Amino acid sequence: MKKVLALVLAALLSAGFLSGCTTEGDAGDGDQKLWVAALESAYGSEVWKEIAAAFEKANEGVTVELTVDKNLEDVISPQMKSGEYPDVIHLAVGRTAALTETMTKENAIRDLSDMLELTVPGEDVKVKDKIVPGFLDTLVTNPYSDGKTYLAPMFYGPCGLFYNAGLFKEKGWEVPATWDEMWELGDKAKAEGIALFTYPTTGYFDAFFYALLNETGGPDFFNRAMQYEEGIWDTDEANQAFNIVAKLATYTESTTVANANDANFQKNQQLILDNKALFMPNGTWVVEEMKDAPRADGFEWGFTALPAVTEGGDRYSYTFFEQIWSPKKAANPELADKFMAYLYSDEAAAIFAKYGAIQPIEGVSDMLEGDNKLFYSIYDTGAKAAMGAFATTDPVEGVSMKDALFGTVDSIVSGQKTVEQWKEAVNQANDALRAALK
Amino acid sequence: MDKQKGRGRFAFLCVAPATILFIIFMVIPTLQVFWYSLFKWGGYSDEGKTFVGLQNFEKLLTDAKFLKSFQNTVLLIVIVTIVTMFFALVFAGILTREKIKGQNFFRVIFYIPNILSVVVIAAIFNAIYDPSQGLLNSILGLFGSLKENPILWLGDRNTVVFSIAGAMVWQAIGYYMVMYMASMSAVPESLYESASLEGSGRIHQFIHITIPLIWTNIRTTLTFFIISSINLSFLFVKAMTSGGPDGASEVFLSYMYQQAYTNSSYGYGMAIGVIVFVFSFALAGIVNAVTKREPLEY
Repeated sequence: MKKVLALVLAALLSAGFLSGCTTEGDAGDGDQKLWVAALESAYGSEVWKEIAAAFEKANEGVTVELTVDKNLEDVISPQMKSGEYPDVIHLAVGRTAALTETMTKENAIRDLSDMLELTVPGEDVKVKDKIVPGFLDTLVTNPYSDGKTYLAPMFYGPCGLFYNAGLFKEKGWEVPATWDEMWELGDKAKAEGIALFTYPTTGYFDAFFYALLNETGGPDFFNRAMQYEEGIWDTDEANQAFNIVAKLATYTESTTVANANDANFQKNQQLILDNKALFMPNGTWVVEEMKDAPRADGFEWGFTALPAVTEGGDRYSYTFFEQIWSPKKAANPELADKFMAYLYSDEAAAIFAKYGAIQPIEGVSDMLEGDNKLFYSIYDTGAKAAMGAFATTDPVEGVSMKDALFGTVDSIVSGQKTVEQWKEAVNQANDALRAALK
Repeated sequence: MDKQKGRGRFAFLCVAPATILFIIFMVIPTLQVFWYSLFKWGGYSDEGKTFVGLQNFEKLLTDAKFLKSFQNTVLLIVIVTIVTMFFALVFAGILTREKIKGQNFFRVIFYIPNILSVVVIAAIFNAIYDPSQGLLNSILGLFGSLKENPILWLGDRNTVVFSIAGAMVWQAIGYYMVMYMASMSAVPESLYESASLEGSGRIHQFIHITIPLIWTNIRTTLTFFIISSINLSFLFVKAMTSGGPDGASEVFLSYMYQQAYTNSSYGYGMAIGVIVFVFSFALAGIVNAVTKREPLEY
């Protein structure tokens, strides 16, 4: 009896284990299903639910299955590795898990040319004509420089220097228009015990550096640098950028480096709110991120482009934008295109704008409210827009331009590396990556 | 005969589920790590998957950042192991052999860090190491002004690894202390009595009676501790410094993650995984061999 009981139990255990291996069957109800995976960013997850509902309403018989998560890569990568791909993925480049970059490097992203030719649902304009000019010809959207768009631009925002406008009013200081004025202000502030500069983490130097390279060498120089041109980092223009950052390092708040990591970066952002530092490079999301943080009396967000290199020179603000794309192995490419085209409609844009997500489409400026009005007006008040990022290469083991160019800033600020060592690291990465260009 | 056959079948059926699970979730993935380490691959599409043999390992040998992470890992293992073992043994010795008021209270206090999650401990130590308001700089500030030039525990390339080691030691002491206390309390009182009759002092007793008699326990925990340090260092680095500043606190597994995902070099990441696997095994073997003694019985 005992033996029989034990055998039954063992069999049950085995059966229980095997039942975990069954796969889900298809619903098979004839309806079209679209799997949309989106990152839950500062705009929250509700926005995607509303968009999905609106798309379903406009397209009868279509069901949108949503996967929205703060760690989207962790949720969808296991399924992707086993061959199940979402139809549409909203996930930008620059994340630690680098899923979008990896898919680009593996040529696993679908060409979106057909989608851009579609007419925006309910309107009489093509998607490509509705997107603000310039957003479709960057190295981010067209990673292989073959004239085709693989990643469509979604939410955008200007990046630049954030400061406490209230403090400037109180002290009667002018926001510097050139780097020389910046250093003068730095000395003035130092006398009052305030540091000129801080940064959340070195990752925030990407937008900073891209804008700075546009200032020192112009857009053409910037693009050459992004294509890893030989010797580009030894030019006068690059040297000027290195030297500006090195000088800025001497004006940086003394505790910044210790907190410049993913766990403590908000302490650095807090320095601005506490009037312990004047400027920090950041994006428009910082307002939402720090909304509950205590702040000095009379605090008011201020936002400016990088100061010009020379009097009357160009000032740049880097335009950060997120991307949406579709994997080559998506099961419903046509429906995916239709969904993406819908995202550029006025109806969808209004839903996004309600949650603070601003798209680079014609007429979006009418939808701006509050602080966003100030931030997005930066390009109307004289600053030029810088866009793009380093060109896509095959993966090069152990080499990362971001580590070399931005990560080293920590060591420059702490005085543990020299500008020469910094340049050498950048040059080495530049040479290694040029050889692997797509 | 039939009965024995039945027993065999029964044993097989009982062991089978666990064995199958073990093979699927432990053996196969480990073999896969070895296999993938021979490819240049991003981890997703088969299109870019190229067999490169041992090239990933060749590159590792000249990768300065990998060597730095190797160095940091070894440094952490050495410091954390020595300090933790020393304090765990001393505290265990004091709490079992000496009569102190509130012994049980101390036992609980020492054990608490072990119930806390690594993220919580990292947050506590981030607060302790904070350059402007942290406990450590505030105490040091009593002996001289640190206002102008605060010590950046987590921001200085030279101190960051030691700062992480501090958090790891604090986390581990209690657990090992309890382990040692268990075996120390089993050492017969009579041995200590006769030793003290012959004029042996407390420290002498600790070194010549306690340590040799719990040696088997120390050996086991040492191997166990070294291997868990490799895993724990990754968690602490992720939660405290993200490998910074400028990659100065990168350890084996954080660098492996960075390469496999952030740098889209999955195959290279797996090669690091292979090195970690071999290194852990080798180290455990060496430690086992070096600490081998004739077991003493009482």
